[in-house]
Order: sequence, then structure tokens, then C-alpha cells
Amino acid sequence: MTTPLHGPAKALRLAAIGATLAALGAGFAYAAGWIGAPGLTPQRIIDTFEAQAGHYPGYRKNHAKGLCVSGYFQASGQAAALSSARVFSQAQVPVIGRFAIGGANPFAPDTAIPVRSLAIQLSSDDGQVWRTGMNNPPVLAVSTPEGFYQQVLAGAPDPATGKPDPAKLQAFFASHPESAAFRQWAASYKPSDSFASTTYNSINAFRLIDAQGNAHPVRWALEPQTPFAALPAQIDDKQFLQHDLQQRLARGPLRWTLRLTLAEPGDPVDDPARPWPAERRSIDAGTLVLEQVDAPEQGACRDLNFDPLILPHGIEPSADPILAARSAAYSVSFNRRSHEALSEGARP
Amino acid sequence: MTPAAFHPLARLLHWLMAALILAMLFIGVNMVGDLSPRHPLLVELHKATGLALLVLVILRITLRLALPHPALPGDLPRLQRLAAGASHLLLYGLMLAMPLLGWAMLSAGGYPRPLQLPAIAPHDLQLYAVLRQAHGWAGYLLFATVLLHLGAALVHALVRRDGVLRSMWPGPLHRSE
Repeated sequence: MTTPLHGPAKALRLAAIGATLAALGAGFAYAAGWIGAPGLTPQRIIDTFEAQAGHYPGYRKNHAKGLCVSGYFQASGQAAALSSARVFSQAQVPVIGRFAIGGANPFAPDTAIPVRSLAIQLSSDDGQVWRTGMNNPPVLAVSTPEGFYQQVLAGAPDPATGKPDPAKLQAFFASHPESAAFRQWAASYKPSDSFASTTYNSINAFRLIDAQGNAHPVRWALEPQTPFAALPAQIDDKQFLQHDLQQRLARGPLRWTLRLTLAEPGDPVDDPARPWPAERRSIDAGTLVLEQVDAPEQGACRDLNFDPLILPHGIEPSADPILAARSAAYSVSFNRRSHEALSEGARP
Repeated sequence: MTPAAFHPLARLLHWLMAALILAMLFIGVNMVGDLSPRHPLLVELHKATGLALLVLVILRITLRLALPHPALPGDLPRLQRLAAGASHLLLYGLMLAMPLLGWAMLSAGGYPRPLQLPAIAPHDLQLYAVLRQAHGWAGYLLFATVLLHLGAALVHALVRRDGVLRSMWPGPLHRSE
């Protein structure tokens, strides 16, 4: 055994050891984004929602105002050849869902917000879980998380009016030509008088994987079987859509058709701003039947994160960058509201 | 009889787990602030590696209890001896706790688990908050303890030159001493 070192030789080696540890620590801090200039983070997106709409402890940080529902999905069997996911062949799959309006304010009037959403969880008998969050627009205005962040900033309420500055929005759309399809949809959109008569779109594309392992790029939509009726011009009830849903479900179940639209080679499968040609083949994968609604923000859906990347075997994500960003940001929202529930007892 | 070095299997496990744990700490701290398409891949990798580490740490603890292992140098001061014992207990505890916290946190958050593992905690948002934060803080503590462990190993090897690092050395051992 060699003798221990002393004097300058020892000091030098201790310094080298210290430098090694410091370098590792600095690398860790860099990986964590504590040093350097990290790009857009999911935390910054959620911070911005809260900065604009206000801080509502315990609530989801977007689509904050909603209702839990439950029912089941009845597969038609037609999608079973395209995806090995059990939901497309099982006779009846239990469903937990949540209707919501867009935005981070849980007290906004239902009909003041053009964006409506339906998120569902399908739990098939092979133990697999599928969660999907869908909105009424068929496309987004942007193709990337950075574009989305710019859109959120441009839509910031003007302190003077409490509403987004039209000039800023116009400037945003002018500098984001990929928003053309979304603007066209928004200009022609006629809101219906009910969550029940609204179409909900996956927006992002996914990949169905069949039993042979082949991938089929797909978007899906829930198409209402309830006939369309236009939203009245004058509405005083801030809970208009919630009350309507409760009344309808008290009378009987509500149904949607799950329609899968298949891309063809060359279609933009990783760009949520670009629609696919209208003539693309689509199939009726089955019927969503919703039977029950819970009190606002109560029920089984409340403590779930409808992360769109919670997918069963037989469905995989596309390379759409917004899909990954949604997953990351939903997780931050879920962690924050769980923390608020713990530290402040805050519950919606 | 006390051996001069750790059993080859113990050394293999040590260095395999060292690499995996360091990778996990960097992946974990990076993925939570990342929203690029890398994010879901890192999360999947993190869960799969965490599960592998759980299996490895159980094997490792079993080996540690079953096999004889070298003693610390006789001339090591009492305080350093205590620190060595405590930091190793902490390392084993954290290596076991980290994957269990991850598993429990997914259970409490109502998330699916890899390989459809059963839930080991009830679906409860407040419990999720506790476990999620514990997983994060235990990760920072594990990284700090790993740094301390590495620093101590280097001091043993380069300053005290007492053969402690050699007893865990991944390559063949010289018998000359």
C-alpha cells in the first residue's frame, strides 16, 4: 500500500477532485435548465396561462371549467383491421369523460368561449388505457409549440379592455401563414346550442398499428348524433352548456360516432395546422354513449390527467411536435393542481 | 474471512447501476422541463430504466447481505467511518426508494404503469402530490449523495491511497499488495 499524500501534492489532488464534482454538478444544473438559456419549457407555458387568466388553485391550468361524464364505447369492429387496440373489438368499453370550455378561467360564462372540448378515457378489458383530449376546431392555428406560445402571448388580455388586442392578434396571424386553415374554420364556425351537438377533433395525428405491425396515420373525431341547433344570440345563464347537458342526460343517453380519417402518402401527418383533403377515406369505429354527468368538477374525471400520449397497444403517437408538448404541459398542470390540493386544500 | 475486494458480481452490479443511476438522474431532471418530441421518449426510457433499477437494487441488497465484503482501512478516523456507513445506508435506501416512489406516484396519479404493473397506492390527488414531490427531492438527495460518494472514493484512491477504490475496481485486481 502506498503512503498517503501530504502538502502541495495533496492540495492539488483535492482541488482536482473538487473540480470533477463541480463539473458533474454543473452538468446536472444544465440538464435541469437551471443554467444556460433553456428554450420554451412546459412550465413557462403554464405560467403564461396563469399570468393571463389568473391563478385558480386546484383547477386545471387550461380548459379549467368542465364536467365529468361517464358511459361506454361500442366498437363497430370496422377499425379492428387497422389497429390491434382492444377498444376497437371489445363489445362495450367503459368510458370516463370530461366536457370543458377552453381557457384557464373556471368561472368564464360557457358561451363566452368558442373552444369546447371533450376528453375521454377508455379502459379496455385487456388492462390497456386510452386517453384522448379533443377540441371543436379541426386544426390548430400553429404547427409548433413555439408558435402556440406566440399565439398565447398575442391573445393576452389588454389591461384597458380586458380583451385581446385585435392589432396584436392580426399581427400574429399575419406572421403565421400556417394559421390559414384555422382562420377559415373560425370565420365559418357556427356554435351549436349544446355540448351534445358539437364535433370534437383529435387535431393531432396518431398511428394505428395493425396486427401485422403496419402503421396507418390517422386523425379522429367524435361526430354528434344529436342534430345541430344554433346557439341563441342572447344567453344570460353562465352555466348554459352545463345545464343543457344535465337536462339532456336526465332524459337519456347521448351518442357520438367515432370517425377515423386515414391519411394518404404525402399528407401532413405531423402538422396540426394543416387539414387533410376532404375526400380521405374515413371509417366509423364505433359509438360513444354517454349516460351520466356529475356535479361540476366532481367525479372520476377530476383527478385524471388526459395526457394525449396515454395510448393503448395498437395506437402510437405521430411525430407532431405539439403532441409531445401537450403531454409535457398537461403534466405540469396536473402536478401544480395536485400540489395546490395538498398545500392549500384547493379543490375545484 | 474478510476479503480484500468485493465479489466480482457485486462489482459488476455496482458499476452497471452507477451508469444507469447517473443517466436516470440526468434524464429525470431534464425531461420535466422539456416539451420537445424528446420528452415522451425520455419519459418512457425513465420508466423502463427505473423498473430495471428496482430489480437490480433488490438483487444488490441481497448480495450485500449474503456475501462477505471488505472492511474499511483500520486507520480510518471514527467520524469518517460513521460517515461512510451512513452514506452507504442512505445510498441503498434512496436506490430502493426512487423506483418505488416512481411506481407509487404513477399509481396515486391514476396513470397507467409500465408492463401493466398493479397499483401500489390508491388513486388520490393529494397522495400523488406528496409522492411526486418526494420523488423529485429524493432524486436531488440521491444526486448529492452520489457526488459525495464519488468524492470520497477519489480521496481514498488519490489522496489516502488506501485501496478502498481498488476493492470496487471494475477491472481485474492486482495481487501484488
